[in-house]
Amino acid sequence: MAADHKRAELAVNAHGLIKVFGDNRAVDGVDLHVPVGSIYGVLGPNGAGKTTTINILATLLRADGGSAQVFGHDVHTEAHIVRQLIGLTGQYASVDEALSATENLVIFGRLLGLSATAARKRSSDLLTEFGLTEAAKRPLSKFSGGMRRRLDLAASLIAQPPLIFLDEPTTGLDPRTRAQMWDTIRHLVASGSTVLLTTQYLDEADQLADRIAVIDHGKVVAEGTTGELKANIGTATLQLKLATKSTIAEASQITETILHTQPTNPNPTTLAAPMANPDKVTDLLVALRKANIHLREVSVQKPTLDEVFLTLTGKPTEKTDSEGKP
Amino acid sequence: MHQENAITPANQRVLKNHTSIIQAVRDSLIMANRNLRKMRRTPEQFADVTIQPILFPVMFGYIFGGAISGNVKAYLPLLIPGILAMTVLTTSQVTGTQLREDMDKGVFNRFRSLPIARIAPLAGALIADTLRYAIAAVLTFAVGYVMGYHPQAGLGGVVAGIILTIGVAWCLSWIFAFIGTMARSSSSVQAIAFIFLFPLTFLSNSFVPVTTLPGWMQAFVKVNPISHLVSAVRQLANVGTIGHDFWYCLLGALIVVLVFAPLTVRAYMRKA
Repeated sequence: MAADHKRAELAVNAHGLIKVFGDNRAVDGVDLHVPVGSIYGVLGPNGAGKTTTINILATLLRADGGSAQVFGHDVHTEAHIVRQLIGLTGQYASVDEALSATENLVIFGRLLGLSATAARKRSSDLLTEFGLTEAAKRPLSKFSGGMRRRLDLAASLIAQPPLIFLDEPTTGLDPRTRAQMWDTIRHLVASGSTVLLTTQYLDEADQLADRIAVIDHGKVVAEGTTGELKANIGTATLQLKLATKSTIAEASQITETILHTQPTNPNPTTLAAPMANPDKVTDLLVALRKANIHLREVSVQKPTLDEVFLTLTGKPTEKTDSEGKP
Repeated sequence: MHQENAITPANQRVLKNHTSIIQAVRDSLIMANRNLRKMRRTPEQFADVTIQPILFPVMFGYIFGGAISGNVKAYLPLLIPGILAMTVLTTSQVTGTQLREDMDKGVFNRFRSLPIARIAPLAGALIADTLRYAIAAVLTFAVGYVMGYHPQAGLGGVVAGIILTIGVAWCLSWIFAFIGTMARSSSSVQAIAFIFLFPLTFLSNSFVPVTTLPGWMQAFVKVNPISHLVSAVRQLANVGTIGHDFWYCLLGALIVVLVFAPLTVRAYMRKA
């Protein structure tokens, strides 16, 4: 009983998932543990195996190795049960172009067992919730990318599934629409759903996810809370652009004294130093002012996905196919 | 309506790991309804089922009529059931092509992730296509009528012939649906389908009396299921009786469904 209870607390429990396409090991031993009621981010570049992993968990693909349970139900042997518990929003709009938004939602609703009346009601509720009421009767070919994505998400929520897969929900969206999507996702979790999302953006994972798995070449290269990962990955970098070249030596020394770390100079007028303790920045700026060193620009650079990958894997994110070539 | 926490936790839901036959039928009909709605939005896809039934009887009738039966009118009772079988079968090949195109779209991924009967997206598409067969069949007889074909068995025989043809075409469309799920692209579906369709429709009794053919070809024509379909429709429309051809092609069609429907569903499930 106790073991059963513990197992049920995981929305997704995957062990050593493997999927091979030809000689490409798209997913190569992925473990995922997604607690119920959380937002879990799977972060990685294009071709890292994110979508393949989601497709296995959503019963669209059969894994070549390993096992996965959704709320304790095996994705292969109990696929039909798993499908009753999930909503899937794919990377490519999984709605019907030739039909209107309402028609799409009503058909999905009917397929999910709602009566004609209930399906129409649910559809209009969802369209209202997602701000698509005005466009409900228009053909989808007239929809913007953001509207399509919202409709797609609405379609995943018809049956109010306790687990929702979002495959790159904001890729290609403008910043405002992205922020709306983030709000929607937060709202979903507040109403009791568990969300597993994939993203290419560190920023997005950081904003939304309780825990993150960083995935590369089909393998999980790091896993933890956002805080844990950031501590691993390194800190933001403070960049100081000096007004004149001649002051660089002095400025460098002051920086070293105050931040206790040797700054680098990427170009003759710029100093860069890891910003472990943001409080010290004020001290540094005051010290520079006292020494009469003038600054042209002060900026802080957060680690990018590229740097995260460099740190975690020792190689940049591009060239994912370089290994296969001689 | 509850406000927050509207979502029922997974462990408090009633779940089952199979679909009943009733659900399979219901899901298939919903999918068929979807396909019919799509057809209404794209009327240009009815071009093949309207042009061929008009063009072929006129073309073949006036080209071969005099040579084979002495005059066009005497040829029509032989020709129209043949054209009917040919047209409806060519149309059932389009089912495979369109299924392939549909499956390449993201919406099929959603269907696959829904707790519905696995056969529903396929069966739905095939059921909706019977509308296309019906249009083709009715038009073929209508054009024949205009050309002077007045079936002896009257309307009842014609309707029975049309229903039989639609039923057989629906069964055979599972073959093309299977090719559709296996092939890489819709154009390769078409290419593969024509390799089957051409000999099956032409090497039959559709256009000429079998006795005029060389012996080895007669042997094939006699076992060709299309010949039996054509004979059965001729009997229904021209005589008004159900012969052994009727039962033969019905049995053949059922065997095709029993073999190809499970194969198609399996191939469809496996496809990424």
